[in-house]
Amino acid sequence: MAANVGQARLGQKRKRSAIEDVKRAFTGLRRGETIAGYLFLAPNFIGFVIFMLFPICFAFYIMLTDWSLAKEPQFIGLKNFDTMVNDRIFWKSLGNSFYYTFVAVPTGIFIAFWLALALNRKMRGIIFFRTVYFLPQITLTVAAATIWRWIYQPEIGMINHILELIGIDGPKWIHDTKWAMPSVIIMSNWQGIGFAMLILLAGLQGIPEEFYEAAAIDGASGWQRMRFVTLPMLSPALFFVVVTSLIGAFQSFDQFYVLTQGGPAHATTPLTLYIFQNAFSFFKMGYGAALAAVLFVIILIITIIQWQLAQRWVFGFEEDD
Amino acid sequence: MASASANTGGRIGQKQTKILMDILVYVVLSVVGIIFIMPFAWMVANSFKDIRGIYQYPPTFIPEVWRFENYTEAWTLTHFDLGFLNSAIVAAAVVLGQLFTASLAGYSFARLRYPGRDKIFLLYISLMMVPFTVLLIPLYVQMRAFGWVSTLQAVIIPFLFTPWGTFMMRQFMVTIPRELEDAARIDGCGFFRTYWLIILPLTKPALATLAIFTFVNTWNSFQWPLIVLGKPKVKTLPLLLASFQNQSGMRTPWHLIMAAATFVVIPVLIAFIVGQKYYVRGIVTTGIKGGG
Repeated sequence: MAANVGQARLGQKRKRSAIEDVKRAFTGLRRGETIAGYLFLAPNFIGFVIFMLFPICFAFYIMLTDWSLAKEPQFIGLKNFDTMVNDRIFWKSLGNSFYYTFVAVPTGIFIAFWLALALNRKMRGIIFFRTVYFLPQITLTVAAATIWRWIYQPEIGMINHILELIGIDGPKWIHDTKWAMPSVIIMSNWQGIGFAMLILLAGLQGIPEEFYEAAAIDGASGWQRMRFVTLPMLSPALFFVVVTSLIGAFQSFDQFYVLTQGGPAHATTPLTLYIFQNAFSFFKMGYGAALAAVLFVIILIITIIQWQLAQRWVFGFEEDD
Repeated sequence: MASASANTGGRIGQKQTKILMDILVYVVLSVVGIIFIMPFAWMVANSFKDIRGIYQYPPTFIPEVWRFENYTEAWTLTHFDLGFLNSAIVAAAVVLGQLFTASLAGYSFARLRYPGRDKIFLLYISLMMVPFTVLLIPLYVQMRAFGWVSTLQAVIIPFLFTPWGTFMMRQFMVTIPRELEDAARIDGCGFFRTYWLIILPLTKPALATLAIFTFVNTWNSFQWPLIVLGKPKVKTLPLLLASFQNQSGMRTPWHLIMAAATFVVIPVLIAFIVGQKYYVRGIVTTGIKGGG
């Protein structure tokens, strides 16, 4: 949308030369506006350059060094990436990040979708339920993970007590290499579903009633209405939820740090935690920055793939672009 | 699809199906609701137990012995007074700072014309996509160079500037009718007075949204404070809560940890319930705009 504005403006500008344009902006009636524009932007822009743009550029240098902070950085070129190839824990953490993301996000969105459908019915008390489902979302992850760490305790935890009541001998949850990751995923979904649900609900509420009426007149079955009205109309909201959830999942840190601290035996060490450990426990700044670059590339690729796919399955995507 | 059946429901059979469906949906929603509430209820219930009650088998939901001292004990053990103060200072400073810088820049992007404006705006949008994890290491090095490690500046100043908030402000201000501003300008208002007297009051809903989002995010923020705030006297609440459970002795004092967790969660729950309208609108509007 913004690109659109930019392009339209660029089109106009081509008629005049750029220099002339700048000159005009600083003389006559436009002068005051130009100066005001820069002044209004200045506080934000200065902070943005110092605390965002500069660190991002700096990161490119750090990843090419061997740097423990105690000594001066040593430029070593791409050696950090070489180290990575043979780093067993790096591959493990990369796998964990994918495991976590590609299980937690689809299951979470699936549940959120059905909840949103249920909440979209015209019934009393919907806002109450919406608030309840959203509460975990605004609870700080550290507190949520603290509560769940206790719920997951094998002997005194709530879950195993409940399982015992129905005659199931519960696993050791966060202390078991097989169950640790599912434990984190369950907790994360409990916390995060509210966000997806809210956006999907807003999407559902935006579908015009007439579409369903028309479908009903045409004799569409429930499934057909879902397939040909609900899903296409909901696709922009679904698309947004999928992209933000995938990106968010790859950046998850707090719940891993508090719930499992990456264990047992690195079973729940995602890339973010491994970056953190390298940089701030082992003081390998260069290696940490190189790992962060990998995370960045993954997120970038996901974003690009999503935008490509969106053109095929998101209704109205091209018009909007 | 649910709403469609409501509209065509003229016959008795359909009406009955609708009522049955409603009951079914209520049951499902309630069961899910209980699952969502359970961890909170468990937290509060156990924050009143004594250590015997915590490790008792089989457990009871309602404490057999009520121990209200858990709260005072947890409060002093974790030095929560300082933590609360630190968290409050940081949250207040970041919220006010972001409102100021984002609304000014938003106005500049939305209304004022000057060379390079759209290019800078595009830069803002593209950098919104950079994950914070990438910034951790260079920003930490920067904080060391500034001498800000273990000071509150480190968790305040870099976060006074928000591309996301600026984007939101700009999108909102673009929709304000230009005529209002033009009238003010003709009456001789300068740009700042126009911004202050005309634009800001009209931007209140967006400002409220940004404020509550920023408050919740700052109050809950963990990873960055964990990295830069080493000294106990500058620690914020999430850090205290996290370190409290790791210094356990023989038996983890879960009753105290749960009391501490209750303390930390309550301000956010209050903020959410008070500002729910703005929070929900924020997600819904920026969500759809950001995606499409």
